[in-house]
Amino acid sequence: MGGVALRVEALSRAMEGLVYNFFNLEVLLKVHPLLLKGLRMTLQLCLLVVPLGIAGGLVVAVAYSFHVRWLNWLLIAYIDLFRSFPPLVLLILVFYGLPFLGVEVPSLVAVLLAFLLNTASYYGEIFRAGIESIGRGQREAARSTGLSGLQAMVYVVLPQAVRNVLPDLISNTLEVIKFTALASVVALPELLRMGRVAQGLTYNPTPLIAAALIYLALLWPIVRLLSRLERRTMAKR
Amino acid sequence: MLDLKGVRKSFGAIEALKGIDLAVTRQELVFIIGPSGSGKSTLLRCCNRLEEPTAGRVIIDGVDILSPRVDINEMRRHIGMVFQSFNLYPHLTALGNVTLALRRVLKLPRNEANERGRAALDGVGLAERADAWPNELSGGQQQRVAIARALALQPKVMLFDEPTSALDPELVGGVLDVMRRMRETGMTMLVVSHEMGFAREAADRVLFMDEGEVVEEGAPARIFESPEHARTREFLRRVTGP
Repeated sequence: MGGVALRVEALSRAMEGLVYNFFNLEVLLKVHPLLLKGLRMTLQLCLLVVPLGIAGGLVVAVAYSFHVRWLNWLLIAYIDLFRSFPPLVLLILVFYGLPFLGVEVPSLVAVLLAFLLNTASYYGEIFRAGIESIGRGQREAARSTGLSGLQAMVYVVLPQAVRNVLPDLISNTLEVIKFTALASVVALPELLRMGRVAQGLTYNPTPLIAAALIYLALLWPIVRLLSRLERRTMAKR
Repeated sequence: MLDLKGVRKSFGAIEALKGIDLAVTRQELVFIIGPSGSGKSTLLRCCNRLEEPTAGRVIIDGVDILSPRVDINEMRRHIGMVFQSFNLYPHLTALGNVTLALRRVLKLPRNEANERGRAALDGVGLAERADAWPNELSGGQQQRVAIARALALQPKVMLFDEPTSALDPELVGGVLDVMRRMRETGMTMLVVSHEMGFAREAADRVLFMDEGEVVEEGAPARIFESPEHARTREFLRRVTGP
């Protein structure tokens, strides 16, 4: 009988430890302003980095579609280089490397630059595939009515191209949002960074758990949307 | 209205057009027939520079459209083109297809473009399908929308690249009716097609092309009933059957 009581007591002590370390409400109440500040920064970062990457990708893909040989050679080189370059390495190179060239970059600028270089290559490749999925006849029909090459691209090819690659675009955006956590290594006060700061202040990992849950809450709806979209495209085929 | 002078086109080592001379006068309907690979479509596509001729001149209403000083987008408004595969924009309604160039090239305001677009659709008998999506239309209806899309710009010349080849037989008549009406209203037309019956009935002149050159040309009755060249006879025998 005594043995059982002992075991129950040990278990409840373990539970207590778990709650104290990982789900500590007291700690959470104390540091939640820090986490909210981090969340705000992460959201702002997304609102900058995603449109910037999409715009960069569009420029790359549209430029490619004009099939100028030397330009395409350059664009392919760019896409290949940055798709094979680890984004963390790129970010550290920009932030810690450029100062040696006499260029001091604030951490936000370093993050934006590294992300633009990296994500524009991915978005560019997706848009390029989309544009190439649209038959030549569409552009020819548009050009035959007097639309310029750029107008044909904007009003005829791109709307169809984007629809064709929408799941890929969302999936890549998901990746980009996850990668914003990398900004913590250059001391940008985003969600992960603030979680770690809060952990340091309280000697308790609860803030990290909270940060992780916030990331999940942020990304899970997008994942749902994506899988619904993918099912719909599958059904159409 | 449409003058081709010594038009040549090479794809690498292959010479698709070996110096074509052709003068289409105002309100004339000229028919081009010939075996596949004879250069008919390439010739047509040279007339609005969808294909860039390697040599020669293409003169539309007095303007050499190959001249580097010419704004080709401005010129293309005056040269309507209808494609074998219709090439309607699937993300736009019938009316949207017709009005895109009216709004983006002619810069008409939306209501004016819509008015003109509806009139053009009415002209091909599809006024009531203005809000339909291309995939809701039959092939024949799609091709008529494509014709309306070109006509809405009030072109001086219309080019037809095998407009009925992708259609089920029972849908061909509707498209030919529209072309017949265009002819009656005095449109200048250059048509690449295998519709020999239509050529015989409606064309002013028939050109037979083979291996990148015009083998012979003449009034439809003359070409169909007493072709001079063996190659023409051979081709006609094959398409019309024994």
